[in-house]
Amino acid sequence: MEHGSLDDSSSSTFSIMEEDHTLANSVRFVLNQDPRVAFCGYSIPHPAENKVNIRVQTTGDPAKDVLKDALQDLMVMCQHIRGTLDTAVADFRGNKPAEAMDIDLNKK
Amino acid sequence: MPKKGTKSKKKEVDDVPNQQENKLPDYLELQRTRVVCNDDAPIYVHTFICHSSLMAFHLLIMITFITLALHMFPCEIVCLVCLIYCLAYKLNFTYMHRYFYIKRLIDYITEYNSRLPTLGTFAAMGVDNSVSVEKFCKNFKIEINRLTEDDMEFDMIGIDASIANAFRRILIAEVPTMAIEKVFMVDNTSVIADEVLSHRLGLIPPLDADPRLFDYISVKSSELEWLPEGSQLSMSAPAHSGDKQKTFTSFSQSQKEILEKPLGVKFKDITIARLGPGQAIEFEAHAVKGVGKVHAKWSPVATAWYRMLPEVVILEEIKGAQAEELVKKCPVNVFDIEDLGNGGKRAVVAKPRACTLCRECIRPEESEESTEGASEAQESSAPWKQIELRRVRDHFIFTIESTGSLRPEVLFTEAVKILEEKCERVISELS
Repeated sequence: MEHGSLDDSSSSTFSIMEEDHTLANSVRFVLNQDPRVAFCGYSIPHPAENKVNIRVQTTGDPAKDVLKDALQDLMVMCQHIRGTLDTAVADFRGNKPAEAMDIDLNKK
Repeated sequence: MPKKGTKSKKKEVDDVPNQQENKLPDYLELQRTRVVCNDDAPIYVHTFICHSSLMAFHLLIMITFITLALHMFPCEIVCLVCLIYCLAYKLNFTYMHRYFYIKRLIDYITEYNSRLPTLGTFAAMGVDNSVSVEKFCKNFKIEINRLTEDDMEFDMIGIDASIANAFRRILIAEVPTMAIEKVFMVDNTSVIADEVLSHRLGLIPPLDADPRLFDYISVKSSELEWLPEGSQLSMSAPAHSGDKQKTFTSFSQSQKEILEKPLGVKFKDITIARLGPGQAIEFEAHAVKGVGKVHAKWSPVATAWYRMLPEVVILEEIKGAQAEELVKKCPVNVFDIEDLGNGGKRAVVAKPRACTLCRECIRPEESEESTEGASEAQESSAPWKQIELRRVRDHFIFTIESTGSLRPEVLFTEAVKILEEKCERVISELS
């Protein structure tokens, strides 16, 4: 749900149901890295209610697009993390039989 | 707030303005990348995040004003107006200082006007503090330390705390598993009450079943059946072909075909109840897929946690007897003795990763507080003042302890997938 003014689409508040700090803090972090964003933050109106308000104010671009881009960026980062983890696990498993002794000494 | 920004700007203007990438002075670089831990509990943590702070608002106002005004008025008048603006914020310079400073500021701003929006905090110094996706993908690293069937410890370097925390929260609360939900008691003559027994059964660590092969329980409206002949409630359970199970639930096909190995409990030595002579328990239990948010029995991890990489720095050399004392003080043996040539000893940091931040090494000794004049000479070279404890802001040591339903690396992959799904859900809601 987007709450904003009709003529100025560069600042609005997005109210998302069934979400909490998990997604909101990550999105806020990615939004902050965007140079188009003048202000962004999130709040949880009441802890008993599963709702989170994300406020985005941009330097001109419509806030909805900026938020969408930030979410896309977050997804790209997640995919990259997954890929890196898979290669790291494969490397670890590949090296393990040879270096079973050395790992404790080196990696500590 | 403007004071801090303008001081650094003043320093920067003296340098060659053509440089694009400048290094921050050491103390600012330290504050940007490390968390310094003192002897007391921290009450204030400096964070530099790349967003428009009050300083940038001032900058924006000044830029727009100056670029507009420079078209109409000569430079000196613009300077005077800026002077008045600065006066309003009570900057601590003399008038002449301010005049010439503002003149240079105008040149500086017109020079860097176009590059400002992309640099963020520290923009005035020409240092890029933003974290774009490309930069993240380039700098991100994972190093695995320990990977067994049940737990894993790995390092994530180059990620921010908010995302690491998101993964931790998802691992604990939102990765689905299977756990016993409904228990149908046939016979229970033990001393344990039915509901207590059921509660214990539910808490048995999630079964050795891959929850990805199951769906959430849901009754579809296609299962509603019209009963034209009236109620059927008193009918005895119709016989199913060959199945010994009672018919409260029925499966379209036997689950043996879906799963590769028979379902079982992973830990065989958990005591559910103790029986005395002549007591018996007979029940049927149904396991259901769920998430930790609803009930902790569905949490797939015993726990998952992260800590930032500790960094121990010895500012001045610690020698001799003090070095030995220091090595003894640390409960996890972070320090070690290095023998110098003439029989002298020096303390070095051997295993900074093991530091638990107990702050024993930086706590002043109790006996020093009671003695007065004599210890003044010693205090300046006291070992607790020469050590600095820090945490690296973007290096996280994650530990995941799984309860057995999924392997820990699979769990983490699922957690990342769930974060992606959340983003997708919000994107589809927005469009």
